[in-house]
Amino acid sequence: MTCKETQNLLDAYADGELDWSSELAIESHLQGCPPCSRVFASLKLLVSALQRGTLRFNAPQHLKSLVLSGIERANPVVRHSFADWRWVAFAASIVVIAALSGLLATRVANPSVETQLLGDIVSSHVRSMMADHLTDVSSSDTHNVKPWFADKLDYSPPARDLSLQGFPLLGGRIDYLQDRPVAALVYQRNRHLINLFVWPANESTQKSRLVLRGYNLIHWEKSGMTYWLISDLNPEELTQCARLLKE
Amino acid sequence: MSAISRGDDAVLKRERLSDHNELIAFNDAVLPHMDAAYNLARWLTRNDHDAEDVVQEASLRAFKYWAGLSHRDSRSWLLAIVRNTFYTWLRQRSPDAPHLSDGELDDVDTKTPNPETAALREADREMLKSALEDLPIEFREAIVLREMEGLSYKEIADIANVPVGTVMSRLARARRRLQAILMHQGVRR
Repeated sequence: MTCKETQNLLDAYADGELDWSSELAIESHLQGCPPCSRVFASLKLLVSALQRGTLRFNAPQHLKSLVLSGIERANPVVRHSFADWRWVAFAASIVVIAALSGLLATRVANPSVETQLLGDIVSSHVRSMMADHLTDVSSSDTHNVKPWFADKLDYSPPARDLSLQGFPLLGGRIDYLQDRPVAALVYQRNRHLINLFVWPANESTQKSRLVLRGYNLIHWEKSGMTYWLISDLNPEELTQCARLLKE
Repeated sequence: MSAISRGDDAVLKRERLSDHNELIAFNDAVLPHMDAAYNLARWLTRNDHDAEDVVQEASLRAFKYWAGLSHRDSRSWLLAIVRNTFYTWLRQRSPDAPHLSDGELDDVDTKTPNPETAALREADREMLKSALEDLPIEFREAIVLREMEGLSYKEIADIANVPVGTVMSRLARARRRLQAILMHQGVRR
């Protein structure tokens, strides 16, 4: 292979786009040809400078909500669902769900309703991460979050800050699940958001942990309350979070 | 009459439910690629405001044609839509703008720079950025898709709707241009 032929293929070689026989031919040419090796070294320098990541532009924070509201305006039929999203809007990945009455518990016993509930939990979680504001009450101070819920619900969800354990409480919001308001508490783990949904209920689904649409969910009951924890956080750390919340 | 409207209600409800699910699925699959979409749009338009417009318009189109996407690579798909949206936007904006073809670019000096030059070592982000911004659009998009998104020649060819050989030559020439510009700037410094 001549120097000219080699240099013509050098970019594809650097990109790993050549068939193996051409690749071998270039490799052996480079070994015996200092000028071509220097051209190759210069090319590698450029490529690594371009790939370093400092040239990337990341989408501004507000762009996602602009995109969503644009879709909403252009598609009146989906406005309904978006309106709900707005209402519950806040970003989160740890959610505690609290439901209002034994009525829900009865419904949960029905498998299709259960499936629907799980779908709603995941949807609420996804929406909360996409919407514009993170929480309705934004505080890591339990003494702010608890009274806020007390004004709006007829039960008091346990709002514990776990900052010391690495799961800071970001705040809370009221979410709607199956047409009733429930408490949603938002925690954070590194860059992952966790939603904890809490509501009073005596009986619920048997499944205590599952993966749905790529999200990890953990469910438990304690002192007459039902808890659902959901996040894209890995199962191990989410389990740790659940353990801390159960304490 | 009332029977009809009840039927319509039911249809509407089903539609809402399915649209809602579509939306969730769309968000799951497409919104994670917002950074990639914005990065491409930003490099093509070369300013924040226009890049946002292009991404918004592209997302609307994406949502419209969303159905049945699940078996495809949603990032490449979205990037192709961003690219097409950009070209539409460009034509609307300056209908007389000459479309730079590969043939015209042949006049450009794409000689391999002297590999001994230390220019690249000195190349800081700003130099590289302005060199990249000065490249013709076809070259810029090839570089962005290859170096920043890590796409294969085949994937880039599909997005840009050109043969793989064209992607290869665009990339090679784009890099020669960048090396030449950087060397020139390095010398001027």
